Amino acid sequence: MNMIYMLIGFSILLALLFLLAFFWANKSGQHDDLFTPGVRVLFEEEEPQETGNEEKSDEDHSTR
Amino acid sequence: MKETNSLTVETQCFHCGDHLPEKPYPADDKQFCCLGCKGVYQILSKHNLSSYYLYNDVPGSSQKKKTLHFDYLDEPGIAAELVDYTDAKVTVITLFIPVIHCSSCIWLLEHLHKINPAIAQSRVDFLKKQVSITFRNQQISLREVVENLNAIGYEPLISLQDMIKKQQTDHSERNLFTKIAVAGFCFGNVMLLSFPDYFGLNSLEQDFKNFFGWINLAFAIPVLLYSARDYFISAWTNLKNGILNLDFPLALGIAVMFIRSAYEIITQTGAGFVDTLCSLVFFLLIGKWMQKRTYHYLSFERDFRSYFPVAVTQLKDGKEKPLPLNELKTGDRILIRSNEIIPADAILLKGDAKLDFSFVTGESIPVEKVLGEIVYAGGRQLHGAIELEVVKPVSQSYLTKLWNNEAFSGERDPIKTFSDTASRYFSIVLVAIALAAGLYWINTDVNKAVAAFTAVLIIACPCALALSSPFTLAAVLSIFDQNKFYLKNTSVIEELARIDTIVFDKTGTITNPESAGFEFDGTLDQYERQLVFDLARNSGHPLSRELVKWLAETPLFQVEHYMEKVGRGISGCVDGHEVKLGSAAYLGLKAEDHGSVVHILIETRYCGYFRSAQRWRTGFKPLALKLGQTADLHLLSGDQDHDRNSLTPFFPRVQQLHFQQSPQQKLDYILQLQQNNAKVMMLGDGLNDAGALKQSNLGVAVTDDINNFSPGCDAILDGAAFQKIPQFIKQAKDAVKVIHMSFGISVLYNIVGLFFAVQGLLSPLMAAILMPMSTITIILFTSLTARLYARKNKLL
Repeated sequence: MNMIYMLIGFSILLALLFLLAFFWANKSGQHDDLFTPGVRVLFEEEEPQETGNEEKSDEDHSTR
Repeated sequence: MKETNSLTVETQCFHCGDHLPEKPYPADDKQFCCLGCKGVYQILSKHNLSSYYLYNDVPGSSQKKKTLHFDYLDEPGIAAELVDYTDAKVTVITLFIPVIHCSSCIWLLEHLHKINPAIAQSRVDFLKKQVSITFRNQQISLREVVENLNAIGYEPLISLQDMIKKQQTDHSERNLFTKIAVAGFCFGNVMLLSFPDYFGLNSLEQDFKNFFGWINLAFAIPVLLYSARDYFISAWTNLKNGILNLDFPLALGIAVMFIRSAYEIITQTGAGFVDTLCSLVFFLLIGKWMQKRTYHYLSFERDFRSYFPVAVTQLKDGKEKPLPLNELKTGDRILIRSNEIIPADAILLKGDAKLDFSFVTGESIPVEKVLGEIVYAGGRQLHGAIELEVVKPVSQSYLTKLWNNEAFSGERDPIKTFSDTASRYFSIVLVAIALAAGLYWINTDVNKAVAAFTAVLIIACPCALALSSPFTLAAVLSIFDQNKFYLKNTSVIEELARIDTIVFDKTGTITNPESAGFEFDGTLDQYERQLVFDLARNSGHPLSRELVKWLAETPLFQVEHYMEKVGRGISGCVDGHEVKLGSAAYLGLKAEDHGSVVHILIETRYCGYFRSAQRWRTGFKPLALKLGQTADLHLLSGDQDHDRNSLTPFFPRVQQLHFQQSPQQKLDYILQLQQNNAKVMMLGDGLNDAGALKQSNLGVAVTDDINNFSPGCDAILDGAAFQKIPQFIKQAKDAVKVIHMSFGISVLYNIVGLFFAVQGLLSPLMAAILMPMSTITIILFTSLTARLYARKNKLL
């Protein structure tokens, strides 16, 4: 049963890590704007320029 | 009206969606309503940014009203005030751009580097309508950045009273998040570790019990010292000032809970109330966050400084030089271009001053000044440039003097809320019961006496009470928000429920600034319309301007021999025809004029007249009748009294209509009403109402574009929601009712808890169930009933 002491210790440590991660996110301002990033991800990638780098585009990620 | 059923006929401007004029501006195969829109489109397509038009239909905003001179941004002193960060290579600036409204805006503003590679990065904060731009200051100046933005139709609003700065230094919300996170983290863990004890541990597992107890206690410490810190500080400072607010019983409850838990755990006599403590703090902080949460980023604290420009053009030794407004001195010579605002009282030296003071005085007719006359600050020059000599510094001018009034100095008394009043009695009763319970047991059993005393303080800790106001009011706030009524904070709702006197400003508040249009009585063919249009567009008179807007032709002919008699009419020779527009008397007609009428005479033919249509805001008449039933209505207008007769039917008492009121008189009038114990709501829009708005119990700024300047106030009402005012008042009253009801519920819970507590029988398990249950009941009850009432009041 002594295992429980250790397990509880580990679980709290793990939870503390997440709490610290939240602190960091909060401090770096990630919760200041909760709207714009959601719109931003929906924008298309840059369309290929006429300079001829179309060939480079990834086959798996062709636009159509 | 043109038929729109044919697909080939474009009737909308490709950029801004406005109706196209008769002769639109084409570019590629698109049609534009003005040169501005076309210009923006051409810039965007040149830089490969046409995707802007893909994300949304007509994403642009109208470019018809374009300004501006940004030369003042080249002044290092001004620029230094505005930028966030600068070094030898890059500069970072955050700009407020009111027109940001859709995803296209975000996309375009974040691709500024395509227009000018010297802009390294730009990030949009959509809700705050801000863009943060990083640029290489060796390759591009701040002025050029702003001019670039202006060229693509995103003109930043730069003002002396910059709210962006304030936001950036204000991290209170982030701190609150951290506190909630700590409380929530501890709450979760303590909950888990408390369960074994609640379900019962056999004697073999006593070691675990102690171990869990110690860990729980460790978790309680950060909650007590960090998350709940503000409650102790607030309770203490209030106590020192002799005020018993809700924070006092809260802080007392938390402290007692911690001490008793620590005692029980250390002496191994019980499990303590750590889980209740953590949940209490967690829920309280969430309530605090709800109360503080803003659904919008509007500034309610604006004064004349945000209406005035950042800088004026100073004339020195014959050279133009931008000068920051606060450096403007008496005796300086300044140049005011068309559409610029005069920042200080000054004497007119050169040019034709035709000034629009409607925002300052409420008078809608432009004022002409002759050379040598004093021009008061706040007027907007309508045509051409003028030169002036400043006679009073900005802060001492006629208009800005208003802000030196007492009403603006210091904080106004905070609005009295129900929970403040209730908590005073609550605290006294609570302490009395606790002492009584303790004294009752003290002779028989000291341990029981302490247990009963502490249990009362713990169980009666007014968590549910503390949450009922924030959750109800936050729900109402968001309902109001959806209806375009934006409040400064939640306590404004309770003030709104108490209003018994309503004072209206006239111009811009109950009249509609964008007048609905004109009724035309008579005959005009297309050619004659053109003649009238070309003549009218030379005049700055509001009726002429509205007429021009309504006719919506394209300028075609030049006007010769143009003559304007202020307030009477205009005449001129257009394309060889003598055209006269004006009042009946001006045209030599015998007819009587009712209201604003423009008669038309072309050569000798009388063509009829335009009458400006219903000028009141939609729904003003039913609104006034409805409000008049429950509240006293007053009118304070800075305008002449030419509308007195048409307004009389709306107001119950004629003697409560006041015209030609100066800003100071308006303020004094409100003060006088308040001295007769009236709770005054003031609805106004202009700078001349600023004093009255500030003095009133509830100042509401009415505006048709919430991003435009509005004077300092408690609430901003979108003109579109104007007729909903009675519903808003009703909803506010209902909200107060909901708070009272939820207060009743939380008292009921308390009585149940107290029943056990006074007998010294309160177990940690009972507290752990009762506390969160009452909290959740209150949260559900308040948010649901508030919405229910909103549906009943047709606000949802």
